Amino acid sequence: MAMEKAGEVLFRPIFDNNPIALQILGICSALAVTIKLSTTLTIIAAVLFVLASANFMISIIRNLIPSSIRMIVQITIIASLVIVVDQVLQAYTYEISRDLSIFVGLIITNCIIMGRAEAYAMHNPPLLATMDGLGNALGYGLVLLFVGVFRELFGAGTLLGITILPPVSDGGWYYTNGMMMLPPGAFFLIGGFIWLLRAWKTAQVEEPLFRLAPNSRPEAD
Amino acid sequence: MVEHYLSLVIRAVFVENMALAFFLGMCTFLAISRRVDTALKLGIAVMAVLTVTVPLNNLILHNLLDEGALAWTGIAQLQMLDLRFLGLLTYIGVIAALTQILEMILDRYVPTLYNALGIFLPLITVNCAILGASLFMVERHYDLAESVAFGFGAGAGWALAIALLAGVREKLKYSDVPDGLQGLGITFIIVGLMSLGFMSFAGVQL
Repeated sequence: MAMEKAGEVLFRPIFDNNPIALQILGICSALAVTIKLSTTLTIIAAVLFVLASANFMISIIRNLIPSSIRMIVQITIIASLVIVVDQVLQAYTYEISRDLSIFVGLIITNCIIMGRAEAYAMHNPPLLATMDGLGNALGYGLVLLFVGVFRELFGAGTLLGITILPPVSDGGWYYTNGMMMLPPGAFFLIGGFIWLLRAWKTAQVEEPLFRLAPNSRPEAD
Repeated sequence: MVEHYLSLVIRAVFVENMALAFFLGMCTFLAISRRVDTALKLGIAVMAVLTVTVPLNNLILHNLLDEGALAWTGIAQLQMLDLRFLGLLTYIGVIAALTQILEMILDRYVPTLYNALGIFLPLITVNCAILGASLFMVERHYDLAESVAFGFGAGAGWALAIALLAGVREKLKYSDVPDGLQGLGITFIIVGLMSLGFMSFAGVQL
């Protein structure tokens, strides 16, 4: 029973309760890093580590945190974890760290992490909280991966730097789609991803706030 | 001299718009842009916080954290210290504290504005645009005056973008959107189109 629950907690955020597509969390640092697949994968790994560890640690001390200062405690834990990630990246993968520029630091304000800490880790035991962290990070990673693959493949004709579609500039046949490399491309792709997801899981479709009344004038004969 | 700062502001507002070119502050940007009046208030609050936090973090960087910045203490052991790795923790702490102080000041002296902003003020702490602007300030080596200009410009650009988006979304009520795109999906597409529009400012120089 406990295992079943843990599995459910792990997999639910991937499609049914996706942090980006449904909870509107963590879009901030998501889009700018998806130009290349290598930076995308790095940020996914970083978020996975930070989210799971932060949820675990906050869940361990959840009964000791006074509710009036819980935000500060959460953000301190998250910021310390992000500093660890930042230092490791700078030490071992300097190129990628430079490409990511400020967006590693921005994991701190990634709303997924604060959001999950506040909504889940504060009320659940460590194992489940870690699972929830992993699941949400995977759900986040899935959207990022979708956007990252499309942007690099169609924007530059490469994946992870390996040429898949030889671009015209190198004597190939593929005309690169420059818009994929620009910010609008990322917005359109996420919009499209949400459309696809909701066409499949129709329960996630949002009710419009207003409905237009049907035309009350009688039809002209 | 003035042109330099003016150019910095213009660039931060239009060319390098926080929301539309760097995707910063997206969560609040999408969640609180259903109505123009609330969007505008939030925009003003973000602008105020950015104009103060960026220069403040600049002072902290240059007087406490940077390599050799502690030389003014006169203590030999501190002179070679490089505390820049503590930057992230310090900046977010400054932002959280400052938002709290701003909230108290508004509550005490301008209660009407405080009530109007309501829940948005504490939310600003986790707005990536605020931390992002401070990190950009560090990465681009701005001095104090430049960081005032940059902070103001970045805030004004964000406020402009959210007000424009809210305007479009208000009109959206009258349109027939496909079911799957309803709400969040169509908003992304609109932001994409707005971002495309703002791309035309690229290369504008004063």
